[in-house]
Amino acid sequence: MQLIKDQQIINDRLQFIADDQTLPTSGDISVTLNRWQKERETLLQHTGKVGVRLAPADNSADLATDLDKISLVEVDFPVYTDGRAFSHARMLRHHYKYQGEIRAVGNFMVDQVFYLSRVGVNAFQLPNPMQLPLALETLRDFTVNYQPSTQ
Amino acid sequence: MYKYNQTDQTIIDERVAQFKGQTERFLNGEIPEDHFRTLRLMNGLYVQTHAPMLRVAGPYGLLSSKQLRKLAHIARTYDKGYCHFTTRQNIQYNWPELSKVPEILAELATVQMHAIQTSGNCMRNTTTDHLAGICTDEIADPRPYCEIIRQWTSFHPEFAYLPRKFKIAVTGATRDRAATQFHDIGLHLIKNSAGELGFKVFVGGGLGRTPVIGQVIKEFLELKHILSYLEAIVRIYNLYGRRDNKYKARIKILVKEEGLAKITEQVEAEWLKIKDELEVSNERIQEIKAHFIPPAYEANAKNDQSYAEHLSANAEFAAWAKHNTVEHKIPGYRAVFVSLKAPEIPPGDITDAQLDAVADLADQYSFGLIRSTHRQNILLADVKQSDIFPLWQALSALNLATPNMGTVTDIICCPGLDFCSLANASSIDVTKEINLALDNLDYIHDLGDIKVNFSGCMNGCAHQSVGHIGILGVDKKGVEWYQITLGGSSENEAAIGERLGPSVAKHEITSAILNILDVYIKRRLDPDETFLNTVKRIGLEPFKEQVYATH
Repeated sequence: MQLIKDQQIINDRLQFIADDQTLPTSGDISVTLNRWQKERETLLQHTGKVGVRLAPADNSADLATDLDKISLVEVDFPVYTDGRAFSHARMLRHHYKYQGEIRAVGNFMVDQVFYLSRVGVNAFQLPNPMQLPLALETLRDFTVNYQPSTQ
Repeated sequence: MYKYNQTDQTIIDERVAQFKGQTERFLNGEIPEDHFRTLRLMNGLYVQTHAPMLRVAGPYGLLSSKQLRKLAHIARTYDKGYCHFTTRQNIQYNWPELSKVPEILAELATVQMHAIQTSGNCMRNTTTDHLAGICTDEIADPRPYCEIIRQWTSFHPEFAYLPRKFKIAVTGATRDRAATQFHDIGLHLIKNSAGELGFKVFVGGGLGRTPVIGQVIKEFLELKHILSYLEAIVRIYNLYGRRDNKYKARIKILVKEEGLAKITEQVEAEWLKIKDELEVSNERIQEIKAHFIPPAYEANAKNDQSYAEHLSANAEFAAWAKHNTVEHKIPGYRAVFVSLKAPEIPPGDITDAQLDAVADLADQYSFGLIRSTHRQNILLADVKQSDIFPLWQALSALNLATPNMGTVTDIICCPGLDFCSLANASSIDVTKEINLALDNLDYIHDLGDIKVNFSGCMNGCAHQSVGHIGILGVDKKGVEWYQITLGGSSENEAAIGERLGPSVAKHEITSAILNILDVYIKRRLDPDETFLNTVKRIGLEPFKEQVYATH
């Protein structure tokens, strides 16, 4: 699957493993915060990347002490109108000094990519991969800002 | 007023280009309807009963004559020759074509105007006291802080998809003329015991379906922390505000359900993490303040005798001056209301020709500046007393001098069923009927200070719940009915009006209002007891008896 990471379109094989699915023994995966907390010991032994998917209602503070143990954080949009992912991203970067990948996933709009980039999201898995070039263009919509951005 | 620098201009020009692209993609079928709805709302564009409605921002109500002429031009070129001033100091067009909106926005950008975040679930236009900087009861001019907040709220990347809309109002005076206690955040400039300027911060106020009076979350906030504190509040709201029910999604519900103590604790904890980075420096405050230095007032303005002479010679002028002008902190100057409440005109509406003429009058008499007010009128804030008589003559000729400011016919009114797709009942025609029934100016003046607010539905855009007399349109099986409340107030003694009784039919609403006024006249202790005080003293019962007895 294609996505944008650090302003490049790349291929990526990471798979989200829902809570009712069995964990594969290898390969790049992401899991819910709940599963991470319950099966951390197993996941720490996993061969391949392990990411944690934050749902809007999750508390990013619950992941704070584990951020150095995972490969990426996914911020999920069940619906594009739910703006909690924006605060999660900013808090991960600002409060917990997380430097790794923050990937937007789920039902967000290409027209949200610019603001997401400003709160610290650096990877975008758009629902419609055809829009990836457009997403890259929108990153240049504004050349000046009124507020500090989080990188 | 604030003048754009290169950053400000670049940002709105880039926004125009961005929205143009979005509109084109939508018209090409590349953006689904619901996605475009969200994007257009954040640019003040609604789809209404007849056509899209475009809401243009009036930043804390300040406009220049040049901007007013542009608004006139847009009304003439893209609309039906008029526009409408709203309770949040913005400007609405009811008939633009969707495909022309990017062009309108490009026109607005040439005069430092825009429609950014005038709708949508984001931070909206910051409003303030229309007498800011000129009133006699001011602690500090709120406008520089409004501008600092305007910039911070504009394109804030984290808070564009909030649970619901978010409104901030600021006052720097002892009397609250900006309804701050009915905003998501209300800010009062105050001095602490050491004489330092800061903010008293209110949170969780709001109108609409569930009117709530804001509560104090911070007794004293240093000026430099204003943005970090706002950011902390809005972040907590973004994370914890309800998203399951749009009628329970405002911050007032969060504060109510969680309790002020818990919200305060969360906000303070969040604030501690960010307060040092978002500090507003004193240099920055001074830099913005420099945009709001007082105009070059004439020191000898107070020596003029002609104003007093005209007042004693011309009773009509004197009545107008009494109601439509306000005391100014500079001797020899007054602030003059341009009444948008002529009896036959929908409240807040103004034509292109009137806009152009008011722009000329502002240039001639008031340093080229205009203010929009919370009560849907316009203010020329700095008029020399010797100019007031000729200004009155000019305004009279323009039908902009109805001497009714603050009276029963200065009705705040939403567009109602005539324009709005949400409305249950019409408001404009009923307002007109009430106005025509109250055609005796002496009687209106004798009634004194009465604030009537009239909304066509529960959403309460005209703030009926804080009207001294509130009227709310309700739909009963397809028939328009009206519910009356008495005793509301959006001023310092904030109060939510109480329901008088069952709603009344459309053909009965005018007589009900006349009956209410009649009870007041009969029952007031003396002409100095205001309507609101009479209602407080005698309660609703006497009003109820007379209104429902006649039915």
